[in-house]
Amino acid sequence: MTAAPGLRGRHDAGRGRAPEGGPNPEEAAADKKRGRIGQLLVLPGFTFLLLFFAAPVVVLLAMSLYTKAPGAEIGQFEPALQFSNYAVVLREYWDVLVRSFAFALAATLAALLIGYPMAYLVAVRLRAHRLLQGILLVLLIAPFFSSFILRTQAWKQILADEGPVVGVLRALAVLPEDGRLTATAFAVVCGLTYNFLPFMTLPIYASLERLDTRLLEASGDLYASPMRTFRQVTLPLSMPGVFAGTLLTFIPASGDYVNAALLGNNRDTTMIGQVIDSRFFRVVDYPGAAALSFILMVAILVLVMAYIRRFGARNLF
Amino acid sequence: MALQAEEAVRNGTAEGHGLVLAGVTKRFADFTAVDDLSLTVPAGSFFALLGPSGCGKTTTLRMVAGLEQPTSGTIGIGGRDVTALPPYRRQVNTVFQSYALFPHMSVLDNVAFGLKQRRVRDARAQAKAALAMVELEHLGARKPAQLSGGQQQRVALARALVNRPAVLLLDEPLGALDMKLRRQMQVELKAIQTEVGLTFIHVTHDQEEAMTMADTVAVMNQGRVEQMGPPRQLYELPRTAFVANFLGRSNLMRGRVAEDLGQGLGVDVAGTRVVLPKARATEHHGSVVVGVRPEKVRIQRMDAPFTATANQLAGTVVDASFTGVSTEYLVDIPGVGLMGTFSQNLGQDPASPGEKVRLLWEPDYSFGLAGGEDTGAGGVRP
Ligand SMILES: Nc1ncnc2c1ncn2[C@@H]1O[C@H](COP(=O)(O)OP(=O)(O)OP(=O)(O)O)[C@@H](O)[C@H]1O
Ligand SMILES: [Mg+2]
Repeated sequence: MTAAPGLRGRHDAGRGRAPEGGPNPEEAAADKKRGRIGQLLVLPGFTFLLLFFAAPVVVLLAMSLYTKAPGAEIGQFEPALQFSNYAVVLREYWDVLVRSFAFALAATLAALLIGYPMAYLVAVRLRAHRLLQGILLVLLIAPFFSSFILRTQAWKQILADEGPVVGVLRALAVLPEDGRLTATAFAVVCGLTYNFLPFMTLPIYASLERLDTRLLEASGDLYASPMRTFRQVTLPLSMPGVFAGTLLTFIPASGDYVNAALLGNNRDTTMIGQVIDSRFFRVVDYPGAAALSFILMVAILVLVMAYIRRFGARNLF
Repeated sequence: MALQAEEAVRNGTAEGHGLVLAGVTKRFADFTAVDDLSLTVPAGSFFALLGPSGCGKTTTLRMVAGLEQPTSGTIGIGGRDVTALPPYRRQVNTVFQSYALFPHMSVLDNVAFGLKQRRVRDARAQAKAALAMVELEHLGARKPAQLSGGQQQRVALARALVNRPAVLLLDEPLGALDMKLRRQMQVELKAIQTEVGLTFIHVTHDQEEAMTMADTVAVMNQGRVEQMGPPRQLYELPRTAFVANFLGRSNLMRGRVAEDLGQGLGVDVAGTRVVLPKARATEHHGSVVVGVRPEKVRIQRMDAPFTATANQLAGTVVDASFTGVSTEYLVDIPGVGLMGTFSQNLGQDPASPGEKVRLLWEPDYSFGLAGGEDTGAGGVRP
């Protein structure tokens, strides 16, 4: 069977393999075209980020270096390179920053401990019961159907000193007579955990949902007890979900101010989000608030980068 | 036999029994996947489970491995009743039909997995040796997803074998391999089995594989064992039409017992008298099915001389296909239907379609089945 040379050349190009003698111009053109389409596809997202992320960050950065002119009115600042703004707010709010991350970490761990078994139950144990699985999934997402602030406000009522929970706990002597639930670090961490729980549970659910249960059988067949099977097969295979869930919980939790404001006591439960809020809107210290925002952002970025480097998705598979 | 075996398992006197299933039944809702299955596999023997898709082979293996709980019946391994033991407490390993390799572990870690669970000291070294045995030592660092189907299958084999279990369950372990590798692995497997003295339960679709490798073959159909025995016995003396057709091919003819000849039976097949030894017949009266394997049947031109003691049927050649070593014929026998045979190529002129021929076979090669048997069961008639 002999093909005409022209025919063969075209056939090769169609297969994406360049004939000998350098790249085929047709193919180079096709590559270029593919590249252009790619560029067009990222354009909307890129523009969006440029407008709504990069620009504000630049403004924020500039504002964090503003200075108050002598004799200026409250809220009047002028452009400058006042780097000491950072030192001032860091010195003043270091404790709050550390506390914010500690609370976020505690909430992330609590959400993991609560969310993982829930996700496991729904995704693996109830796999054969489609209906029940669906109902539980809806219940997992149900909190999203009502407003975040409303829910937190409701918790404030439930956990209030005159509320039913505190009353019962006091009667049962779990809490001392003057013990309370709101206005404590515990309450704030609980609120954070509750509010960000779906962000933890759903990614874990998604990765457990894809878990091939035949692997669990193989593990059992190879002498691993259910406990060891969980540690060596189930958990590693769900790590991408755990990884995503912890990030999705930790990042918003460390910048949150609603839980601390509603469930905390504004003295030893203050979180950095509250401080930024009051710097901006009450004290009207724009450079200080901007500097704090920037510090928070960089701190989260550094922590997350360290986390990714240590447990990044690339190392999981 | 089932009761005895069960007794032996319960009393712990089943020493030397590699595996004993006693009256094992598995029902999924209202579907019976395995139906009152009883079998005894001596320790150190190679047992092949052969049967069509969906007959319950995998389900049987899963019950032995402990991955499925029998609805009723008991399972004994090495003389111990293990029916209630969880999989990880059983001295059993499985080569899964789906391989089930751990995707997050390297090939080497996959193979070492079982050894590590039991805290074997030189797990890695043993795993490497097992990988070398399946000729994959150079791929130990890869992830399973980076292997071809056949390579994955060999990893699954190494992962189970390395544990040297009392019973090794192989669920079509060579299905994805090409012919050459398949033969090579068959030899390898058989060598390992003989050398280490493991009990192998080998599920396969490939009857040739089952017959060449196994000491005992069980032919399964619809959750039941149709017949069980050494491969040769199973082939030479099938007891049901299903076995006769599923294991190799058979010519099956309906007839009536017309005469008792002492050692044999005279059977009337479409007006012709055919002789069937009593010892090879399941029924001695009434309607029967007479069977003979195609290679036992000689084909002759009508004018050729023949021995009068042989069974013979006359017919017309429908199809003759030359395969090199032999010529395969389909011959239409009036009142019986198509019969198959082949003759070794000794340089003779093959018969051609349309020609009248005589089919002959020694009475001793006939086997008799119950008259109620469905002659089409277990495969297409030749
Ligand atoms: N979990 C289950 N629920 C319901 N039916 C099942 C289940 N597992 C197996 N079956 C049914 O039991 C029968 C036997 O299945 P099994 O997997 O043992 O077949 P097999 O002999 O291994 O077939 P193959 O050669 O195709 O692998 C099949 O009809 C199958 O549909
Ligand atoms: Mg199967």
